[in-house]
Amino acid sequence: MSAGHPAELETLFGDYPLDRAFDEMREPNGDVRPHYHALAETLARLPQDDLERRKQSAELSFLTQGITFTVYGREEGTERIFPYDLLPRIVTAQEWDRIERGLTQRITALNHFLRDVYFDAKILNDRVVPSELVYSCKHYRRQMRGLQVPRNVYIAVVGSDLLRLNTGEFVVLEDNLRVPSGVSYMLTNRRVMKRTFPQLFHSYGVRPIEHYPQLLLSTLRSLAPEGRPEPNIVLLTPGVFNSAYFEHTYLARQMGIDLVEGRDLVTHDNIVYMRTTDGLKRVDVIYRRVDDDFSDPLIFRSDSALGCTGLFNAYRAGNVTVTNAFGTGLADDKALYAYVPDIIHYYLNEDPILPNVKTYILTEEKQRKHVLANLDKLVVKAVGESGGYGMLIGPQSSAQQREEFARQIEANPRNYIAQPTLDFSRAPCLIGNHLEPRHVDLRPYILFGDKVNIVPGGLTRVALEKGSLVVNSSQGGGSKDTWVLE
Amino acid sequence: MLSRVADSLYWMSRYLERAENTVRQLDVTMNLMLDTGGSSADTRWQQLVAALGNPEGLEWNGKLEEMAGRLVFEPIGHASITYCVNAARENARQVREEISTEQWQRLNRLYHQMHSAQVQSQFRSSINDALSAVLDGIHLFKGVTDTTMIHGQGWQFIRLGRYLERAYAIATLLEVYQAELFNPHEREHTGYQYLEQVGLLRCCTAFEAYCQVYTADLTADRILEFLLLNRDFPHAIRYCVDGVRQAVDAIQRTGGRRPPDELSAGIGRLHAMLSYTTIGEILAGDAAAFLHSIREQCLRIHELMYRYYIHYSIQSALSI
Repeated sequence: MSAGHPAELETLFGDYPLDRAFDEMREPNGDVRPHYHALAETLARLPQDDLERRKQSAELSFLTQGITFTVYGREEGTERIFPYDLLPRIVTAQEWDRIERGLTQRITALNHFLRDVYFDAKILNDRVVPSELVYSCKHYRRQMRGLQVPRNVYIAVVGSDLLRLNTGEFVVLEDNLRVPSGVSYMLTNRRVMKRTFPQLFHSYGVRPIEHYPQLLLSTLRSLAPEGRPEPNIVLLTPGVFNSAYFEHTYLARQMGIDLVEGRDLVTHDNIVYMRTTDGLKRVDVIYRRVDDDFSDPLIFRSDSALGCTGLFNAYRAGNVTVTNAFGTGLADDKALYAYVPDIIHYYLNEDPILPNVKTYILTEEKQRKHVLANLDKLVVKAVGESGGYGMLIGPQSSAQQREEFARQIEANPRNYIAQPTLDFSRAPCLIGNHLEPRHVDLRPYILFGDKVNIVPGGLTRVALEKGSLVVNSSQGGGSKDTWVLE
Repeated sequence: MLSRVADSLYWMSRYLERAENTVRQLDVTMNLMLDTGGSSADTRWQQLVAALGNPEGLEWNGKLEEMAGRLVFEPIGHASITYCVNAARENARQVREEISTEQWQRLNRLYHQMHSAQVQSQFRSSINDALSAVLDGIHLFKGVTDTTMIHGQGWQFIRLGRYLERAYAIATLLEVYQAELFNPHEREHTGYQYLEQVGLLRCCTAFEAYCQVYTADLTADRILEFLLLNRDFPHAIRYCVDGVRQAVDAIQRTGGRRPPDELSAGIGRLHAMLSYTTIGEILAGDAAAFLHSIREQCLRIHELMYRYYIHYSIQSALSI
């Protein structure tokens, strides 16, 4: 392929732009990277309307399966399908090995950090992480102080967001340690992909991910309270109006466990039960998809009816495992993120395998001054927000927006961080009937029970709008299947 | 099975049964209004509303089409067709993982059909066609429910809801119309009386079935006997109560609790009342009171079932 491109490939690529950003499929000189050769050849061979047809049949498949998500704040059309791009994102075995080691290291260290902060706070006393940063975090839960969690696992289910820089190196953009979502899209993308490109898939030797629900189930089982050999495991959902409700029903069905809402649960003598038609049935493990704030009105927000009254006391008594543990949001605070390399070093005495993105802490005066002077070049994020909300992308912002953010930063510097605008990698997407590059990230899903388990793959999210840097589903993002090769 | 899930399936089923009942009664009433003899439109409408359990917002204003449109499309009152279909879908949506894809798609289609501009224009051109399209949708849903869903506990709650709702609705209907059935208005032509009787049977899709059993010779006591006591006809109260009994037994067999004596006794009493009474005995006594008592007992069965399977107190559950 490197010596002269076939004519079909030229048509397919059209005026596919290549610039400074790393392109997943093509070398800077336009050659197709070796692990994308087979895909490129297949695409070049396909008649044009064939691609279109496959795309339509894939989309129909999502719609009839009801794989939708809910967008908040809009009256109509709140249920939408998550846009799906037909072309896989391919990761080599070598690249994956580094990602896997890096994430294992990172999650292990973050779990140590949570344990330490909620017990002895050695890392704070040693002044590796500033204690005011920890105690001012809105996800810090003082109720977790000295509370023993099963196997000392705080973060059993994690999804970390990776980006690839123009050096080709993967970096961690953020960790989602509370209730990461999207894994159902990873699984359904794969199922649709196998139907859309069966031969190509087979010829590539892609590592399987389909066993994720089973792994999740055994992770949850491994965290059951002592003396409960046949634990009753449930998935706690906020209910049908939650944006990820489809995922909750999907995972519950795939694992064969009950999908419960707060109103299905009652506590008595610090034991959690669910109401069944056969009477009360004891619950041992709760895979919680409800935020801390809404989990127990006795302890957290008293105006919330989504959780279960008395849940926290049952948890404290060790009669039920709730995972992820409460208060884990502390470790994915966007300001604490800047200290993760130090955290890894402190607990594991290792250098981070996956680097961080340079992050400015705005409570530090020098850094804040620098950021305020360079708002047009940086990305500013609110530390407690997710889903692409509360964000300023400097180069794409108006002067008015920058003024607004500057004012808010001055008023509450702890609430914001800033990072350079990243020129992260792009992958080819099928736009109309030709290929165009779009920015992508990668969210692998990490499970932590007996040990750290990462299914080889993840959700590749795509900023489908041309030039856009925001990949969140709530902001016009889509997704791709991710192939990790043998 | 989670109580909430059982609750949703039960109500999904009840609401669809109710929608079906409203469709049929509205259809029959509008047909009867075509003939000029007999009761005035005003009276007929009031009887219809009473037979539907007196939902609110349906006071007669003299304009039949407007009134009918309200009963079909406006999400008011617990018997309006749109209200019932909405409620059934909302219940189904909350237990999406418990029902089959075919069921969900059918119900979803019915829901979108009720909210489409097409059905509204169809309604303006031919009310009959519009109503029968809705009826088709409901029948299709019931068909896929029986053929695609596992006949486990969830299905039994669907059955329970269906038969309890139906028994209650037929008892209400008969209670409203029984006086007239036995004491028809003085009329010039007996043809009108025949139409009334056929109408009552058609409200329960029972005309053809009645003819098979008794021939087309319509008499008041036979009609009442058929709709109350027939054991083989799905829209006879006795048949429905048998269904309720079987569903509750099956719920226990598929992992629910053993029904409490109170509940078993309540269902057994109603069952015995319908199995071991003759129409002669009912008519010799107070037929209206008999019908009213059926309704009361249906309500009581619902309450006991609820208190035992769905909304039980923690104390009662822990002491067992």
